[in-house]
Amino acid sequence: MINEITGAEIVLKSLAEQGVEVVFGYPGGAVLPIYDTLFKQNSIKHVLVRQEGGAIHAAEGYARSTGKTGVVLVTSGPGATNVVTGLTDAMMDSVPIVCITGQVPQHLIGSDAFQECDTTGITRPCTKHNYLVKDVNKLSSVFHEAFTIAQNGRPGPVLIDIPKDVQFDSGTYEEKNKIIIPSHRLFEPSPDFEKNKIEEAVELISKAKKPIFYIGGGCINSGPKASKLVREFINMVGSPVTMTLMGLGVVGSSDKNSLGMLGMHGMYEANMAMHECDVMINIGARFDDRVTGRLDAFSPNSKKIHIDIDESNINKTINVDVPIIGDVKQVVEKMISVWKDKKYKIDTDSLKLWWDKINKWKEVDCLNYNNEGKQIKPQYAVQRLYELTKNTKTFITTEVGQHQMWAAQFYKFEEPNRWLTSGGLGTMGYGFPAAIGAQVGHPDALVVDIAGDASILMNIQEMSTAVQYRLPVKIFILNNEYMGMVRQWQELLHGGRYSESYTDSLPDFVKLAESYKAVGLRAKTTDELDNVINQMIETKNTVIADIWVTKEENCFPMIQSGSAHNEMMLSKDQKQDKKSAEKGKILV
Amino acid sequence: MNKSVYASPDQVSETKRHILTVLVDNEPGVLARVIGMFSGRGYNIDSLNVAEVSNDENISRITIVTHGTSEVVSQIEKQLLRIVPVHSVTNLDQEGSSVEAEVALIYIYISETNKKKVYQLCDLYRARKIENENNTTIFEIAGASERVNRFIKEINEITKVEIVRSGPVAISSIQKNEEE
Repeated sequence: MINEITGAEIVLKSLAEQGVEVVFGYPGGAVLPIYDTLFKQNSIKHVLVRQEGGAIHAAEGYARSTGKTGVVLVTSGPGATNVVTGLTDAMMDSVPIVCITGQVPQHLIGSDAFQECDTTGITRPCTKHNYLVKDVNKLSSVFHEAFTIAQNGRPGPVLIDIPKDVQFDSGTYEEKNKIIIPSHRLFEPSPDFEKNKIEEAVELISKAKKPIFYIGGGCINSGPKASKLVREFINMVGSPVTMTLMGLGVVGSSDKNSLGMLGMHGMYEANMAMHECDVMINIGARFDDRVTGRLDAFSPNSKKIHIDIDESNINKTINVDVPIIGDVKQVVEKMISVWKDKKYKIDTDSLKLWWDKINKWKEVDCLNYNNEGKQIKPQYAVQRLYELTKNTKTFITTEVGQHQMWAAQFYKFEEPNRWLTSGGLGTMGYGFPAAIGAQVGHPDALVVDIAGDASILMNIQEMSTAVQYRLPVKIFILNNEYMGMVRQWQELLHGGRYSESYTDSLPDFVKLAESYKAVGLRAKTTDELDNVINQMIETKNTVIADIWVTKEENCFPMIQSGSAHNEMMLSKDQKQDKKSAEKGKILV
Repeated sequence: MNKSVYASPDQVSETKRHILTVLVDNEPGVLARVIGMFSGRGYNIDSLNVAEVSNDENISRITIVTHGTSEVVSQIEKQLLRIVPVHSVTNLDQEGSSVEAEVALIYIYISETNKKKVYQLCDLYRARKIENENNTTIFEIAGASERVNRFIKEINEITKVEIVRSGPVAISSIQKNEEE
């Protein structure tokens, strides 16, 4: 028939119509027809990674930094199983991803064929939705639905598994606007959604004496306008605001209302304010266990408002008084108009008392650390990195561990989408490929992966990718030769028995960089640090900066597992009471 | 009581049986999505039933019997709604009145000594003998699970049996607008 094209061509055409500019992938037997079609076109760029796990984290970094959907293309079997960690990561952190996997031809499915695995079965719990496409004529509608589902409501990863015979087969292409997706498959708030709840919430806020806004990643997913509106509303109320790890940047660090991050390694004043507030306004956060600490002592005297696009987050761990289901941007816009219409004003005297109390907590200076001696303190390294990059358009990614928390504490974010970290799943190895993805999306920006010596080795093979595409990503390793966070927990909870947390036989990171034809730099003492950071920034090439930091530094302040917000540890001399320490030990 | 330090203080409501009825697009993998959500999040399935109820729209109805506190069951409902091919979730226990029924097929070992008692009991419960070529003694009983339970308990006291049960299906008995 005329107008018929191959399945592989339908794949590329669908991607092009969806506005996809770049695909992160790795070829293999079951996706060869798609790669062949890719070869014959110029509109979509392909970034070849060195392991499929790198592709999906790169797509996550691309998606989180640009707000677009990240696209991954990998083969069947091991190609598919290697993306499982990244899919789970994107699921936990609500990152829109479309992942295309090849599958063995249909007549071989179920025969334990070479590189066969039950991809849709394996990825069912770690995707928002997935498809096995058996009919070439359904391919384009599946793609258009997949992109919509990935972005709609609470974003997430969607996987499309395509048997090789379907890629070769011929069929018709349907355009995006011809596809009708039934409404039950999407999240669509009605125009008059939650009106009463919004009015109730705003009235509650207007009567608060000790309010606090608790801001999460949902504000970032709702787009840059959401962050603007959230800032505007908080300013109108004059309330303090704290952000989760995923929400950093929604309100700028320098904003007078910002108390910084809350939670396990959050700011003392933020956690104390959460504990003592009378009205809590949760916008786009999900009461994660890293944030709440012990549930039965979580903010005991507050009325709680919870704005979330995903209804299953309501009353999941914390019961709330006013739940509002909806998109942050739309809900906060309505809240602002209600506040203005009703001419609400918060009681300034109580608000002043509240701020006085908070300012007292600030005097504790919870991030204070001993910065004596020539050895570089990891906190100091992040502080210097911030000072020397703050006037440049900078994206920061991290791996997972102590360095991640120090980055969250000491790097100051003024804008959303500039901070990319694995929050929910806590994936070591996320930061470097994510930085590659962010750099692909922002070729002229400075992209720095703040890493640890252990995490960076989990996806170090992507050095090759960064160098091949001339991506000037900077890897800033806080090298203490330990899996620092594991070591810290072993010190605090397991009698200082450092079981398998010392990384012996680390590579020489400078030579490692050079072997990839990248640039390696090293700072061993405080007086070398600024010079190394400046050199790193100025180098128009991939750089590994190996920063030797003090080996047994702990990340404080800390709410130990099983403790409450008002039981923060400020240093290791302050011991947790033994009973709750024992209880907390079984928790993660 | 072995209480987790992360346990919410508000979870005090009692554990109850709930019947959920879930309308889904009848597409490959949809049942796996539903039961995978239960096992992945540690919820219970006491019984599960699935069949297509509308050929033209390609919709199936899944009836799930579960038990849990009202907090847990409400979380189950919300998690089910996150599944893309799920149209709706109804908790029949919160709908007020509903009618439920299940079918059991029972192979009854009959001898001359127990024959009379068996037939009497079957009559009492309106268990119907299923006629077939081999003239085996298979009975069918339909009705609310409790009635089926009582029948099985009593027949067990008389003789040895083998049982297969469908698990309940249920429907809301609230009067509906015919236009809908």
